[in-house]
This record gives sequence, structure tokens and C-alpha cells, in this order.
Amino acid sequence: MASLKDLRNRIASVKATQKITKAMQMVAAAKLRRAQMAAESARPYAERMATVMANLSVPFIGKEGAPVLLAGTGRDQVHLLLVCTADRGLCGAFNSSIARKARDHANRLLAEGKEVKFFCVGQKGYDVLRRIFPKHIVEFVSQRAVKQIGYGEAEAISETLQLMFANGDFDVATLFYSQFKSVISQIPTAHQLIPATVPEGMETATVYEYEPEESEILADILPRNLTVQIFRALLENVAGEMGAKMSAMDNATRNAGEMIDKLTITYNRQRQAQITKELIEIISGAEAL
Amino acid sequence: MANFQFDLVSPERLLLSAEVEEVVVPGSEGEFGVLAEHTPIISTMRPGLVRVRGGEATSEAIYVAGGIAEFSNNQLTILAEHALPVSELDADKIAAEIKNVEEDIADAKDETVRAKAEIRLARLKASLPFANAR
Repeated sequence: MASLKDLRNRIASVKATQKITKAMQMVAAAKLRRAQMAAESARPYAERMATVMANLSVPFIGKEGAPVLLAGTGRDQVHLLLVCTADRGLCGAFNSSIARKARDHANRLLAEGKEVKFFCVGQKGYDVLRRIFPKHIVEFVSQRAVKQIGYGEAEAISETLQLMFANGDFDVATLFYSQFKSVISQIPTAHQLIPATVPEGMETATVYEYEPEESEILADILPRNLTVQIFRALLENVAGEMGAKMSAMDNATRNAGEMIDKLTITYNRQRQAQITKELIEIISGAEAL
Repeated sequence: MANFQFDLVSPERLLLSAEVEEVVVPGSEGEFGVLAEHTPIISTMRPGLVRVRGGEATSEAIYVAGGIAEFSNNQLTILAEHALPVSELDADKIAAEIKNVEEDIADAKDETVRAKAEIRLARLKASLPFANAR
């Protein structure tokens, strides 16, 4: 049985922990609002870009001479998994669920005899994947020093990706990130980047006038589309991370509260027992006289 | 005059979404005006001013640093790489920024840092003339 002093110490330490988790929850809540706004204001661009992309690329599908970013290399031997996670932990299952999705995908590909490479964005996903696939990680970018994700960060990743693609390092690229649904729900998502996917049901393409040439516009828009997709994934990730962190910390605070209640009850009971014991000792001592 | 829907978006935010009468777009092969019922067109843009007239939007000019303009189904969408209302462009600030970036280039040790700074410099220089021509 723990002594009264031990119990007092434990209550104090759980209280300190609760204060920390509470503060972290509030910080996450404040950051979440900003991240959510950023993610939402980036959506129109990504959506419109997708429409334009779809309209543009329909005439090229299945034709010779389509740009490789759109049509792919024609092989699917080497797969690159671009795994975007957060840089910090303490956000529940957020990072591990993205990493798990990527891992399952990689295992499936390996079972099919394909080659798998990882491009990790974010410390946490890198830590997990490094343990499982130590030889498959080719690139790693951490955004720990970045305060607010801007278009520039996405551009840098996208450029690296394009360079690798141009060097023939991979045939298919898939992006893994967490889609921000709501504060309590983030959905780990896989999205194929290269070759570009075109939403179905876009058969009746509008006939456009192109200025300059069609292929030139396509060459301009494809890399940009890539960047936008990555940018969007990063923003959704930040919002998701903050949401997950908020609910994880909320849980932790509640659990700490429960623990304090329980410990306090034990403490009080024990104190009472001790007082009773002392009283009995005094009384029986007096009676003996 | 017939109006049409016009949206101007940059990666960071939606800058303008309104029913307008006419938009002048700085296409990479020359400026062109877009009115309602324009034939479907896709064009890349060079750095320049997007001018909006009529409809809900009061006469406004927005600086864009390149991007893509698309018109179809009586709806114009401009996907700008970087966009700012001209009223927020400040010639002095840009000049100061250019100096700053030039110093960065001079100090840059790393090839990628320099390349990035040079892109920024080009972007800033392109925007300078439009800050004066308000």
C-alpha cells in the first residue's frame, strides 16, 4: 500500500501532467483554426485546377505523344510512395494511420514483385518507415523548422519529385496524406500523382482555343498541378494533425482528471483509516489505565 | 450587357469571385478581353494586370505573376501563380525587397538557395512596373 506521502506526490504529478495536456489542447485548438482556414482557402484553387486539368487532358488520353507526366512511362515496375505525415507526435493515431496505409500499399506491391521507394515528408512517418523498410527510403524532408506551410514548400517537394521522375527513378508516384474531414475524423488517403488521374465521366470535353499551343499549356500546367496536389495534401495534413492533437489532448486531460479523482478518494480513505487507527490507539491506551 | 461568372484564385486564397461584364487578361501572347459568351479558351499568362469591369465588381486591377486563364460554359477562371490587388503593391517596398534578395544572392553559398532567390528576384522585378502604373 502506498503511503500518504506517495499518494500526495502522485496526485501532484498527475495534476502537472493535466496542466500540460490542457495547454497543448488549447494551443492545438488555436492552430487548428488557422490551419483549417488555410486548407479551406486552398481548396478552390485545387478544385478549379482539377477541372481545367481534366478538360485539357481528355483529348490526350490513350494517344501517342502525350506528355509523360500525364501518360506515365508505360511501365509500372518502380513505385514511389510520397508519404506526408506530421513532424510531431502526441496527436493520437494520426501519423501511424498514414504510415500504416503506406506500409500496406508497399507490402502489396512488394508481394507483386514490384520495386518500392519511399519519399518521406515529415519526421514521424520517416521514423516508422525507416524501421520497416530501411533500404527503400530515398528521400526525406522535414518541415520542423517551417512555421506555416506555404506554396514554396510544396514547390520544393514537387521539384525534387519531377527531377527524380526525369532521371527515370520511378514509374508511378502515389501520394499518402490524411484528408481533413472534421476535427475528430481524418481519413488517410492514397492518391496517384504520376501518371495523372483524370476524374471519370469527363468524356465530353469542351473544344478550346489554345494560346499558345495545347502541348505547351499542358507542359506548363502538369508540373503546377503536381505542386498544387502536394500543397493541398500538406495543408490538409496540418489541419488534420491539429485536429487529432486536439482530441488526443482532450482525452488525455479527461483521463488525468479521472485519475486525480480516483487517487484523491484513495488518499482520503487512507487518511481516514489512519486517523481512526490513531484514535483507537489513544482510546485503548486510556482504557488500560 | 450580359454578365458572366469570374473567379480569380491563387494557391493560398480565393481573391475574387463575382459576376462581371468584362475582364482583360494578360495572355502570354498578348492581352485579350473576355466578354460573356466568349468562345472557350485556355491561355497561359505573363506577369501583368487583370482588369475587371462592370457587374458586381467595381473597376479593379489585380496583379498576377503568371498562371492560367480558362473560359468555358460562360465562366472565366484564372489560376494565378501569385496574385495581389494593385492597391497592395507598393513600389518602395518592392524596391527594398529587390535589394534584399540581391544581397541574398550575393551571400548564397548553396546552389539551390541561390536559384530560389533568383526566381524571387525575377518575380519581384516583373512586378515593379505595375506598382508605379497605378
